[in-house]
Amino acid sequence: MSQPLTAGPPGLPGVRRMEVTGMRDTLHAEWTKLRTVSGPAWLLAGTVALTVAVSAAATAAVRCPAGTACPVDTTKLSLTGIEFGQAVVAILAVLAISGEYSTGMIRITLTAMPRRFAVLAAKAVLVAGLVLAAGAIAVGGSVLAGRVILPGHGFTAARGFPLESLADGPTLRAAAGSVLYLALIALLSLGIATAVRDSAVAIGVVLGLLYLSPIILTALTHDPVWFHRLERYAPMSAGLTIQDTTGLRGLPISPWGGLGVLAAWAAGALLAGGLLLRMRDA
Amino acid sequence: MTAGTVTPYRPGEQAGRDGFAQVLHAEWTKFRTVRGWVIGTVVAALVTAGIGLLAAGTTTSSCQSTSGSSGGPTRTGSACAAAAFPVGPGGVPVDDSFYFVRQPLTGNGSITVQVTSFTGLLPPANPNIQSGPNGPADTRPGLVPWAKAGLIIKNGTSQGSAYAAMMVTADHGVRMQDNYTNDTAGQPGAVSPASPRWLRLTRSGDTITGYDSADGMHWTQVGTVHLAGLSSTVQAGLFATSPAYTVVSQGFGGGSNGSSLPSQATAVFDHVGQSGTWPGGTWTGDYIGAGDASGIGSYHQAGDQFTVTGSGDIAPVIAGSGNEGDPDATLTNYLVGSFAGLIAVIVVATMFITAEYRRGLIRVTLTASPRRGRVLAAKALVIGSVTFVAGLVAAAAAVIFGAQLTRHKGTYVFPASWATELRVIAGAAALLAVAAVLALALGTVLRRSAAAVTLVIVVIVLPYIMGVASVLPASALDWLLRITPAAAFAVLQAAPQYPQVTAVYTPTSGYFPLAPWAGFAVLCAYAALALSLAVVLLRRRDA
Repeated sequence: MSQPLTAGPPGLPGVRRMEVTGMRDTLHAEWTKLRTVSGPAWLLAGTVALTVAVSAAATAAVRCPAGTACPVDTTKLSLTGIEFGQAVVAILAVLAISGEYSTGMIRITLTAMPRRFAVLAAKAVLVAGLVLAAGAIAVGGSVLAGRVILPGHGFTAARGFPLESLADGPTLRAAAGSVLYLALIALLSLGIATAVRDSAVAIGVVLGLLYLSPIILTALTHDPVWFHRLERYAPMSAGLTIQDTTGLRGLPISPWGGLGVLAAWAAGALLAGGLLLRMRDA
Repeated sequence: MTAGTVTPYRPGEQAGRDGFAQVLHAEWTKFRTVRGWVIGTVVAALVTAGIGLLAAGTTTSSCQSTSGSSGGPTRTGSACAAAAFPVGPGGVPVDDSFYFVRQPLTGNGSITVQVTSFTGLLPPANPNIQSGPNGPADTRPGLVPWAKAGLIIKNGTSQGSAYAAMMVTADHGVRMQDNYTNDTAGQPGAVSPASPRWLRLTRSGDTITGYDSADGMHWTQVGTVHLAGLSSTVQAGLFATSPAYTVVSQGFGGGSNGSSLPSQATAVFDHVGQSGTWPGGTWTGDYIGAGDASGIGSYHQAGDQFTVTGSGDIAPVIAGSGNEGDPDATLTNYLVGSFAGLIAVIVVATMFITAEYRRGLIRVTLTASPRRGRVLAAKALVIGSVTFVAGLVAAAAAVIFGAQLTRHKGTYVFPASWATELRVIAGAAALLAVAAVLALALGTVLRRSAAAVTLVIVVIVLPYIMGVASVLPASALDWLLRITPAAAFAVLQAAPQYPQVTAVYTPTSGYFPLAPWAGFAVLCAYAALALSLAVVLLRRRDA
């Protein structure tokens, strides 16, 4: 597909118009759009800052007084900021598509690149890639903050809390999983925003989907069946099990299984968004 | 505003057009003619009521599998429906189980006693390694903070009847308590043979006065209570009881980490003195509140000295305390949908201003009514009132139909007075309305809907989520729910918190660190601050 493009002389509009725009061009166009406005860069920086700040604050708030047993999952604790950072990631992903709708840019985009699935795929790849990069920094910073703060608060190796390190299997899984979690939240948000189009409504739906499940769970303590279902299949409570490193047997769903549930939500949202994008007028 | 008034309304007049009523009317017209906003408000009302009813509908009776094992009455099966707990004179469900060494007292009189020792037994420190069933090897000496023993005058021996009592407690000194919910502090300090306490209760008509003393010579009045409808012959004597031993694992997390096991307390009484008419003449010892004789308790008399052992509590029942057999569901459960409604309201309220910026309508609006502060005030009034009405209807529906649903299913829901019910319903509606104003203000400040919606949701809803599902310690969560806008959810608290009852008071079980309206005021302060900032920026910036 890309062979004639690279082989053909560049800068000849007549030649290029003959070709079907390839994935590489679509990606390049979307990258240019993301790169040339200041919003995404600020939002990515905001994701990192908020995640690390909240993680560090949460870690600093917990102390383990001498002589008591502290049943704390320190890895999960030092990754608390993800719950806040995901909100910024959701804004970024929602704006990646709904920003085009609010300015009418989407009509130009789809005229230039009529293959609508490819447009959405390009956006998904770029947004996920950017979030993976920012998420890695955010999670790295959070783990580092935990490493610095925790020993001073009573969580020492002598008491069964070894220095937080990515060399430790479960910690690595929690950290890498949290990065993937953010990327999946971005894809979920992108899919929903593509389906809904309006940014305010989209962000409302995304944050409702994420944040309501732990609240509704509190009202379902009497009903183990529904409690268990919601715990297992709500995107946030399932996805965040990837952060657990202690008490794994008591989890409603296995860590990778939980992330899989979130991935299914993201895939479903992208599919629905893609189908609606294809069927509807822009 | 009839035609005969001095300043008739003339549509052509500039002054008339700039009036606040006109701005208000214009904003109301904008709101009601945008289909998406009306639909959004209806959705907010529907999810508020719907999710609450869904939660009420799926709730199955928790007490069907529960049997009170300790110190309290056994509550099983159908007994859970409505009459699961004795009801105190104040109308609240109460625990009323203790060991009572009593004599009838006719007419006025008084009883005095010296408490020389107060000891007890606690369940094993780690219940998971319990070796034998209730064997003495499992338990260890010690008292729970609110273990109590002393004098009591009670209107008969039935559970829930009126009483007044003077007592020593393990960690809270001498107290005078009456009718389950009232508590007055007396002398501080613990009881020991070296530091005994003297207690006295005096009855005069339906007035009972409590005194305490360190030496039996110098008496201090602790309190006076009126027990309405006290019969002429009452039961008076000595009692001992000890509430369940509640463990909150280090205060980590807001979740279900409270566990409770029975404990018992033993008090040694000396120098029992009576005045007045005591027609019985001999002491009777029995356990109040155990229909099936499962209560722990005994007494032993040696001359003037009585040793009384008991277990249980004389106190209000705490909803969601985690104590076995206690009810979890309160009125607040019906309103869990208001969190979903809140998100819909925030979206609509933000768009109410950001849509104007996106479409350029704001320039028309500000040209038509150049006084920008007024425009924002009108918008706030419109969105606040609309949201309040929608929230009121939804919350009232959720509470009324939720109650019917749970009654139909036979689930025990902690009862609330009509005043509490009214406050919770109006509070939920007001919370939605003020959150809408906050969203409008931040929408004006940020002018971008996605950022504004996210910011408002994050500051209101996330601290609460941290409160109900996180690994943060209780003290940090307390602060989060004091200083963030999430403090406003305190207005939904349905069951009162009693300092004289040890329980797990967490947001998960429906308890908030601030008083209901104080918490709501925190949100109002944030909204007022944001609105002022929005007015300043709206005036200063180009539209």
